Formats: sequence, C-alpha cells, structure tokens
Amino acid sequence: MKRALVIDDEPLARMVVLEYLQAFSDKIEVLQECNDGFEGLKAIQQHQPDLIFLDVQMPKINGFEMLELVEPQPSVIFTTAFDEYAIKAFEAHAVDYLLKPFSKDRFNKAIEKYLAQAPGTKQTKQTDDLLEAVSHSPAQHERIVVKTGTKVKIIPVQDVLYLQADDDYVSVYTQEGSYLKNKTMNFFEQMLDPRYFVRVHRSYMIAIQQITRIDPYEKDSHLAILKSGAKIPVSKTGYVKLKQVLGI
Amino acid sequence: MALPTLTSSKLYTVFVACGLAWATLLTYIIHGFGFIWYIALTDGLVNTILLAAACWLINNNLRYYQPGKGSYINLLIWCLALAGICTAGCRWIIPYLSISAVYINFLSNSLVIRFCTDFLAIGWMAMISMLWYSQLDHKETEKRKSEAEKLARDAELYNLRQQLQPHFLFNSLNSINALIGFKPDEARKMIHQLSDFLRGTLKKDDQILVPLSDELQHLNLYLDIEKVRFGHRLETEISCDKHCGEALLPSMLLQPIVENAIKFGLYDTTDKVTVSIRGEIENNSLIIMVQNPYDPQTSRPKGTGFGLRGVQRRLYLLFARNDLMETHANDNIFTTIIKIPQV
Repeated sequence: MKRALVIDDEPLARMVVLEYLQAFSDKIEVLQECNDGFEGLKAIQQHQPDLIFLDVQMPKINGFEMLELVEPQPSVIFTTAFDEYAIKAFEAHAVDYLLKPFSKDRFNKAIEKYLAQAPGTKQTKQTDDLLEAVSHSPAQHERIVVKTGTKVKIIPVQDVLYLQADDDYVSVYTQEGSYLKNKTMNFFEQMLDPRYFVRVHRSYMIAIQQITRIDPYEKDSHLAILKSGAKIPVSKTGYVKLKQVLGI
Repeated sequence: MALPTLTSSKLYTVFVACGLAWATLLTYIIHGFGFIWYIALTDGLVNTILLAAACWLINNNLRYYQPGKGSYINLLIWCLALAGICTAGCRWIIPYLSISAVYINFLSNSLVIRFCTDFLAIGWMAMISMLWYSQLDHKETEKRKSEAEKLARDAELYNLRQQLQPHFLFNSLNSINALIGFKPDEARKMIHQLSDFLRGTLKKDDQILVPLSDELQHLNLYLDIEKVRFGHRLETEISCDKHCGEALLPSMLLQPIVENAIKFGLYDTTDKVTVSIRGEIENNSLIIMVQNPYDPQTSRPKGTGFGLRGVQRRLYLLFARNDLMETHANDNIFTTIIKIPQV
C-alpha cells in the first residue's frame, strides 16, 4: 500500500484527486490533505509519504519552493493550471504533470505510471532536473526559501547581501544573519539575476548594490568591501566579471 | 519632448538675431540723422534692450497663460502698456547717458514713432508666442489623446489575457469538474456564472462610462466564482447605496483593483479573508475604497502592480489628474482608494 498526500489550496481541486483515487483504493491511501506549502512540508516530514499530489500556485510558498525544502523527496505528481513550467520540463519531470482540469483517464495513466515503477526507486534525479528547469523561469528569482529549524524563512532577494559556499551548503547572508540552504553555488548562479548578483569567487557571490569599495589585495586578487563592512575576496576572473557588470 | 526644446532654442536664436539686427538698424538710422556714433549706439542699445525685455515678458506670460477667445483685448492692452513703458524708458534713460540738447529734442519729437514701432514689435512677438505655445499645447493634447487610445487598446488586450487567463479559467473549470460529481446543480450554476462573466468581459467597451451598480454586478460574478473555488474562505462586503450606484465610472476600471485584492488577499493567504468594496459620493466625486488583507511575510505590497499602474494611468489620461488613486498598506490590510470626478 502506497501512502500519499494531496497538497492544494483549493478544496474542490483536492476533491477531484480524492475522487479519482477511489479507483485505486486498494493500492494508494491518502494520509492527509494539505492547504498550503507549509502544511505540506510539515505533513511530509511527519508521514514520509511515498507520493504527493502537488499544486504549484499556493499561498506562502509555492509547490516548487516547498519541494526544495523536502528531504528526502517523495515521488511527485504535479497538478496545476499553469503550463508555463511544464512545457520545457515535460519530458524530464518526475512522475507526471497533470494540467487542470484533467480527465480521469489522464489521471489513471499518471497513477499507473507511478505504480509501474520499480518499488523503492524514487524519481529524485528527474525531479531535480525539473526543479532546475523551473528555477530558470523569471518568477522564481524574487525570493529564496530556507528552513531554520522547523521554521520556514522567506528571504526576498533584495535583502541578500552575499552568498558563501560552505561544503555542500550555501550560506545566504542578510542584515538579520545567515541562513543555510542545501544547494550549490551553481544553483544560485543560475537562479539569481546576473545583473544584480555576481559570482566574484569560487565560493562567493555578492549583491552588487552592496559594494562600497573594491580594494586591491594580494597579487591578481581584490577585496570587495560591502556596506555591512564584510570583506569578500574577489578572484582574478571574478574581478573581470565584476568590472563587466559595473561597466568599468 | 526633445523636439520642441530643440526648436524653441532655435526660436530664441532667431529672437536674439532679430534684436541685434534691430539695434544695428536703429543705430544706423539715428546716425543717418546726423548724430555722432556714440549717441546713435546708446539710443539703439537702450531701445533694443527695453524692447527685448518687453518681448521676453510677453513671451513668458503667454507660455504659462493662454488667453481665451474673450481676452484678446487684455493682450492688446498688455502690448500697448509695454510699448508705453519702453518708450517712456527711452525718454528718461537716454538723456542720462548722452547729454546733447539737439538730441534730446530729437528724442522728444520721435516718441510717437518709437511708441508705434515698439507696439508693432511687441504685438508681433505676442502673436508669434501665442501661435507657438498654442501649437505646443495642441501637440501635447494630441499626444495625450493618442496615448490614451493606445493605453485603452493595451488595457483591452491586458483584460482579455487577464480574463481569459489560463490560471483563472482552468482552475474554475477544474472546480466545475469536481462539482459535477457530487453537486451537479452547483456545477451548472458555476458554468452560468463563468459564461456570464466571460461574456461581460468580452462585451465591455472601456471607452464608455457605466453606472457603478453595473460594474459591481459584473464583479460579483467574478467574486462568486472565486468563492466557489476557495470553499467560502472568501467573504465580500459591498456597500453602495442607490445614489452611489447611479454614479458613473469608466468601465473595467474596478476590475484590476479587485483582481489585485484577490491575488494578494486570497491567493496568497490561508485564513478567512474579507474583501470589501465601498462606494461613496463626496464633493461631487465618486470615491471607491477596496480593502483586502495581505501577508506581509510573503508578499511585500509594492504599492502598485501592473494592474494598479494601469488604473492610475487611465485615470490620468481621462481626467488629467494624478491624485485620483492612492494605496495604503498597514496592519496587514491593503487599501486602494480611487476618486472619479462626476461631470
């Protein structure tokens, strides 16, 4: 028996999924319905479900932002009225991508596809690809979602001072402090607007409005001094990139 | 804007050139009457400077104040007065600079002809300025008009895309899909609401003024659909008395404001929300206040989104005023107030 969650902010939309799922009541049981990303996150941590039905557009944090915070990831079937995300990712994505309103046949196909997968194989690899694809859409550039303990913190990108690589994590520095996110520097380099954020070093990325001064440091390298007083090393290639963005 | 500035600087060059030519001519003529060059030059310069000042004054006046059809007589009086001042100026200033009895006598005798030429020059300047500025004004009005038309077209397109937006439409269809299974009557009702709403949107001509009650009726269809979708998490308070309902407003003006309220109030929060729309008549203006809660943690209200900016722009183009829309955000409540002058 597979255990599933339905995460959608519209009760009627959840109802459709539940109704269609009745045909599979011997194979899939629904543990809980969740109203938004926060509830979904909590329920996933609590139940460790095998499968989630996930809407994208939801209050507080959207479906993709929620997924970024989930570890380990269950299999995902997206149910959404947005096709913007799907088109590019359609072939790459996790289990399936159902566009509302979807028919019972279409839904059954998705479930059969899920059930046909070898037991235990998670689609994280493909889901990651999907997430990567989605992160490129401009709507994703506006905020970074991180988890601090059990709480979820939403950081508007304009509040970010700089980012620092920390082993497998990246520390996001803001006025209020720093937050860890289990993503790579490359992820942020893809996600953040290159007009405002520059990777000045293998382990550093800075918000260019925060720079007050750039001082020469040892041979070939520089130091960027931020408004907050932080000193960020700038590598030789980083300096070239910085000059390009600043137009000097 | 760059073009008129360029041409007005050209105009000023011509103006200065005329002044110099006038000074030269005058000096030459006075010299022709047998006075020495010094006297002739003084006369020419003083006369020209005074005349130039008068011309500048009348030009400047006309830049900020365009006389109506009835007040051309005022302009004539202005020209006469300025010509008088110029002539009097010559009469009193020049004797200080060049004391020569013969010349002073000549000056007194030539006052009438001086007054006439001054009056002609100033009148000519006034006419040129008037034509110039009224043409600029006309251009500005034309520009505003064509911009208004363009914006109306854009708004129409925006509205089409907005109303037929996949998000709203497909989610509504999805809700209908759910209702068909266990509440077929409600499903049917929602199909009718959705069709009426879409038809209303397509039919609307945003160039015309409509009564507030009509606009509210249309919005109610939209709000009712959202109520079905969000399981009555949405509540609406609409207050508008009969008098207020008859007040006119540009059609489709409220729609983006209410959509904005729904977007931040309903889509981005999880609690019960109340969106309120209140209409009032105050000082012969229709005042509409739309309030919605928002979540400051996830959505910082940026003041004006695309929809609200469009509303502000439309109000400006229709009424040439920038103070007809304001927004406030405090205590997790976002308020949009618009004022529509009643003609």
